[in-house]
Amino acid sequence: MSTDYFAESYETTEGRVHTVTGGDWDSVTGAETGQQERVVVNMGPQHPSTHGVLRMILELDGETVSEVRSAIGYLHTGIEKNLEYRSWTQGVTFVTRMDYLSPFFNEVAYCLAVEKLLGMTEQIPERATVIRVMLMELNRISSHLVCLATGGMELGALTAMTTGLRDRELVLELYEELTGLRMNHAFIRPGGLAQDLPAGAESKVRKVIETLRKNFKDTSNMLVDNSVWTARTKDVGYLDLTGCVALGMTGPVLRSTGIAWDLRKTQPYCGYETYEFDVPVQTSCDAYGRFLIRLAEMQESLKIIEQCLDRLQPGPIMVEDKKIAWPAQLAIGSDGQGNSLDHIRHIMGESMEALIHHFKLVTEGFEVPAGQVYVAVESPRGELGVHVVSDGGTRPYRVHYRDPSFNNLQAVPAMAEGGQVADLIAVVASIDPVMGGVDR
Amino acid sequence: MSEVDKTSGVTQGHQVDVRIGAFRNNDSGDTSGFGGLVAPVVMPGASSKPFGSWFDAAASVLEKSLVSSGIKAKDAIEYYTVDRGEFTIHAKPEHVLSVCQYLRDDEKLRFEMCASVSGVHFPNDTNRELVAVIHLLSMTHNRRIRVQVALPDSNPHMPSITALWPNADWHERETYDFFGIIFDGHPALTRIQMPDDWPGHPQRKDYPLGGIPVEYKGAVVPPPSERRGY
Repeated sequence: MSTDYFAESYETTEGRVHTVTGGDWDSVTGAETGQQERVVVNMGPQHPSTHGVLRMILELDGETVSEVRSAIGYLHTGIEKNLEYRSWTQGVTFVTRMDYLSPFFNEVAYCLAVEKLLGMTEQIPERATVIRVMLMELNRISSHLVCLATGGMELGALTAMTTGLRDRELVLELYEELTGLRMNHAFIRPGGLAQDLPAGAESKVRKVIETLRKNFKDTSNMLVDNSVWTARTKDVGYLDLTGCVALGMTGPVLRSTGIAWDLRKTQPYCGYETYEFDVPVQTSCDAYGRFLIRLAEMQESLKIIEQCLDRLQPGPIMVEDKKIAWPAQLAIGSDGQGNSLDHIRHIMGESMEALIHHFKLVTEGFEVPAGQVYVAVESPRGELGVHVVSDGGTRPYRVHYRDPSFNNLQAVPAMAEGGQVADLIAVVASIDPVMGGVDR
Repeated sequence: MSEVDKTSGVTQGHQVDVRIGAFRNNDSGDTSGFGGLVAPVVMPGASSKPFGSWFDAAASVLEKSLVSSGIKAKDAIEYYTVDRGEFTIHAKPEHVLSVCQYLRDDEKLRFEMCASVSGVHFPNDTNRELVAVIHLLSMTHNRRIRVQVALPDSNPHMPSITALWPNADWHERETYDFFGIIFDGHPALTRIQMPDDWPGHPQRKDYPLGGIPVEYKGAVVPPPSERRGY
């Protein structure tokens, strides 16, 4: 028997337990014959197919997964706690980093909640709302593309990854063009947006839509009828409507059971009720159905973005209330991005009152009347809910994100137990968890 | 209890704290003259009937169901709040399970999905320091409701709702991990985000944020928890 500290062997009430770390199987095989054998395998948190730092503990019976438990928390960064020490506007900078594949959804959900607490939902300018919708739908595409790309990679379809990331790159470049950053934008602020779109943005978006529409055909041609892909995903990760409701599943997993529950339609926000789009559903309850839903949703998102572009009219992008609206505007200088020189000239050279106003709003922030709200938006992964509590001060008293990945990961045992180890990968890929959102 | 905004439908406020001074940190020199400021922190409290919308009907269905099972509505429900168009039931911990059961099962209520469970900490709201907040969703009626339970820090126990909504499992573990609220009857109430041997409950207000001062071009920026608040 090995004397390795990390590969020990000891007696328990359930029999002898061997800990094997690899390369030392010889010390165990044949040690006990004729006894019932349970193999417990640790998978992750560092594993290329676990979408970041998800750890799973599997109990195997040969190739069959008899039990699986997920362990999370490896990416916990205390964002919710940090928010309690910043102003309401600074909060956006933190929440955008939660689910890092859908930053605009985090930002919009937070801002809608703050605006609801302020009672100014109706005052958000039309242009700001249209741009929010456009960014969210672009984000839905880039997020679904990562899901397809990494999911494809995990199941061995490497070309799916290269085409998926190629298309996502187009969207990320567009983000950079529109907001200045590829991720962690903090572009959507309570009351509107940080900045208006740059000149020529619309034609760039239209061009990307055109390219994406063409490229999506590659992805669907490559996978939809691909016999290897269907073999790996059809009838895998089965979860019916009853299971979904009991486990609080939302998003593509819920819609793969045939129910068209999409908050954009059922509990509209940001004027989604005025856009024309369909909610794709499947009835197969499996990973393949969820894949088809994501493909179709990207097409629907393109339709919404086009409607956004048609609606974009010049106008304000921030509420009129000067006690809320951020005074500074950003500009690109020779040394990178910073405060606009016009604004600096105004506050430093022209108006003492403007300087005081700027200083008060930037250091103190604004007060939000006491109370609590829960706002939910349809993120690419399902219901992204934000519970915000204010004590009437200039900082959030408590912000809790109900992240869809956090909730949906609980369904892994229901979907994967009894299947093969390889199916477990397809199950996790079909839930599309993002650990930044799960652990926050 | 003090009178607050009547337009929102809330007739009474619930005072959770008293703020003293103009800045949150009393250790920095306050030269503003506002150091003696005393301001109550008042959350929206009890609303009086009629609540409007579907809230009245839901409340009466719930109360009738409770009475039919031998529970006085007063014993199970402290008060209702209607604020910013959202409906909150403030339930007592000993009967929250019955309240939730009826919310889920009654065909006129049918909150079949539990969206989230989380907590809030009000360290100076005596004997109601910890609040567990349950968000429910009815897909049948397309409605949301919030069930809120205030617990004393000295005895932070409430029944687990995992038997009604299995997905409350992780949400309750997280609430336990961050606030120390103990959900009796939970199948395995262990920490979920923090390591198993972590001391304390990080989302409590008395738990320090941490952080170190940062020097930049000769000036020192204090950590966020030591900066002035307003």
